[in-house]
Amino acid sequence: MNCTKCKTKAVIGLPRHNAAFCKDCFNGFVHDQVARAIKSEKMFGKKDRILVAVSGGKDSLALWDILLKLGYRADALYVNLGIGTYSEQSYAKVTKFAEAVAASHGATLHLHTVEQEAGAGIKELAQLIHRPTCSTCGTIKRYRFNHVAIEQDYDVMATGHNLDDEAARLLGNVLHWQEEYLDKQGPSLPASVDGFAKKVKPLYRLSERELAAYAVLNRIDYIVEECPMAKGSKILQYKEVLTRLETESPGTKQMFYWGFLEKQSKKQPTATTMTEKDRAVLHPCTSCSQPTTAEVCSYCKMMARARMESPR
Amino acid sequence: MQVQLSHPARTVEVKGPKKVKELLRELNLVVEAHLVIKGDDLVTEDELLYDKDQIEIRPVISGGSPLTPHPLRLTDSR
Repeated sequence: MNCTKCKTKAVIGLPRHNAAFCKDCFNGFVHDQVARAIKSEKMFGKKDRILVAVSGGKDSLALWDILLKLGYRADALYVNLGIGTYSEQSYAKVTKFAEAVAASHGATLHLHTVEQEAGAGIKELAQLIHRPTCSTCGTIKRYRFNHVAIEQDYDVMATGHNLDDEAARLLGNVLHWQEEYLDKQGPSLPASVDGFAKKVKPLYRLSERELAAYAVLNRIDYIVEECPMAKGSKILQYKEVLTRLETESPGTKQMFYWGFLEKQSKKQPTATTMTEKDRAVLHPCTSCSQPTTAEVCSYCKMMARARMESPR
Repeated sequence: MQVQLSHPARTVEVKGPKKVKELLRELNLVVEAHLVIKGDDLVTEDELLYDKDQIEIRPVISGGSPLTPHPLRLTDSR
């Protein structure tokens, strides 16, 4: 198989684009897709300060790498969840990348350790407050990333969600007719109220396989093992179904998610509507001041409950 | 050839020569959910693999393992 662009030996075939690429042309393809996403969704500019949420996985480390190589001012935040050796290994991957690659671009890695604040790792914390681990993890990560972005004056927060993530999430929302979540499925969410950072997903045009290939080709050492807490998750089941469809009909995932985005953009001026909706229902948490629909935000409620239930 | 697999980590021996797509089919794995790495290099579906090659088949789907038994187990029907 030869590269569609330069005709040398290809290292990856991309059936959904009816193309194959050598390493250099594939890197160019990946960078082009991200640049296109940033421009078309008005995510950020060269002067903006970006906070990348990194986990040690392929997507977030690839995102940090791509943004730095495209010349953006991108720092990162790692939240140590305290999941035994999995967290130790993922943190080691992140620090290795930060020292070997990001530091030479002048980028900084921030760290938040759940155990230091909550007195327990994510698994123990979830048990203590009788909530599923993944939902506890989601609340903590969303809160902490937003907190650091606001506190340290970042213009925008970027996550490594890819095409597979977004298509699977859309499938889940459609299967359960959770229409209220569809407005927030776009790759660029505005800073609708004071206390909320703008959130973007610059990898939404790239598949999981393409990002894994980018990481391998660029010698980005990421954690291949999956989070032990995520096994059997619904989102994985949706991804498997979509991957089977993609195998039979290349381009299915992008048709599904990009088609949805196109329809949404024609339907209404999303950013304005979302901002108006948020302003109508959100107000500062009485405990921490981050925006919430309740009197006390879910993070503060969770931490208060953990303190109450704690055996110490 | 020695083929290293993940989730769970294990090594299997497969007789070569064999094309990448034939190897994946034999192991009941889909191209879209995996990368095939020979030594340190990615290889495409039509690459011929020999007995002396060290191969890693790396799953790419985040959020769990596509190899765990599941009613929606991925098989390549092509």
